[in-house]
Amino acid sequence: MAYEPSDRTGADDGADALALKILVAGGFGVGKTTLVGSVSEIRPLRTEETLSRAGELVDDTGGVDRKTTTTVAMDFGRITIRAGLSLYLFGTPGQDRFWFLWDELSQGALGAVVLADTRRLEDCFPAVDYFEHRKIPFVVAVNCFEGARSYREQEVSRALDLDQGTPVVLCDARDRDSGKEVLVRVVEYAGRMHTARHLDTVG
Amino acid sequence: MNDTHGDGPGGPPAPDSRWYDAEAGPLVRPYAMTGGRTRPGPGGERFDLIALVVADDDPPNPDEEAVLGPEHRDLLALCRAETRSVAELSADADLPVGVVRVLLGDLLESGFLRVSRPVPPAQLPDARILREVIDGLRAL
Ligand SMILES: Nc1nc2c(ncn2[C@@H]2O[C@H](COP(=O)(O)OP(=O)(O)OP(=O)(O)O)[C@@H](O)[C@H]2O)c(=O)[nH]1
Ligand SMILES: [Mg+2]
Repeated sequence: MAYEPSDRTGADDGADALALKILVAGGFGVGKTTLVGSVSEIRPLRTEETLSRAGELVDDTGGVDRKTTTTVAMDFGRITIRAGLSLYLFGTPGQDRFWFLWDELSQGALGAVVLADTRRLEDCFPAVDYFEHRKIPFVVAVNCFEGARSYREQEVSRALDLDQGTPVVLCDARDRDSGKEVLVRVVEYAGRMHTARHLDTVG
Repeated sequence: MNDTHGDGPGGPPAPDSRWYDAEAGPLVRPYAMTGGRTRPGPGGERFDLIALVVADDDPPNPDEEAVLGPEHRDLLALCRAETRSVAELSADADLPVGVVRVLLGDLLESGFLRVSRPVPPAQLPDARILREVIDGLRAL
């Protein structure tokens, strides 16, 4: 079979390289693109969905050659930790109508960042719901825009009705160090969640 | 949290809801370069966005390469320069992800490439690797 498992031993040809994925979600204009851009070299990624795929839920439109696709752009960034270990960031499209993209993006994701703006906290509810339901470890990063009253982490956590333990971190999406810290919190939290689940299965 | 906030992404769409609208971007015909095919890879397997693509070190003979289309060759050249994820290939070649998946499927099938599956989440994340990622991030 042409597929190679990534834990394959032997040749140092990149086949044993490891790629990790972190999603950046949140409401419209909350700073997703800014965050991905401040911590990585950002590039737009064009993806297109065929009518048939999403359209499974609606009418079948018939023959293969009549299928059309729609193009959706998302943010994409890579952070190279070392040769053979990279972190990939995907800024999910903010619009709810692209929900079908999230399913693919979240598959195998290490974790996620839900960006929030305290002036319109409700905009991040769908993202919070989404990751909670799928048990994908996420942190809520409150992007501190000027003019917004500052809140404490616990206030945000309560307002969002977050599960206990879900980290809330205040950040400035424009600031590289701040963005890095957000990612660190995701990785730490994902590690804790994973260990806990592992112990659950073993014990 | 509960669902009183309405359907989030991934929530069940209302039966009559359209999944795209005018703002969703242009509706385009499938690309000629994939010959109208939209099912990527052998067996229609969809390559993950972060699946890593490596040029095979024992590729088919040059005759077979000569008949490849320009997009196939672009992708092959990129893979030969450096191991890349499907997402990067798409961004680097400036081709939509779906098109790249189909083309990679061809190249995989004819033996030019190998594709490594991302580690399934259940095997993620080795504590040592995560430590490395955290230290690496802080050192950026
Ligand atoms: N003051 C301030 N402005 C910010 C901050 N983060 C982002 N912005 C600005 O807010 C605007 C929206 O930011 P984007 O990064 O484009 O937001 P987005 O979430 O990618 O937006 P969409 O993709 O349209 O949903 C831009 O003008 C940013 O410069 C921040 O922390 N503080
Ligand atoms: Mg954006």
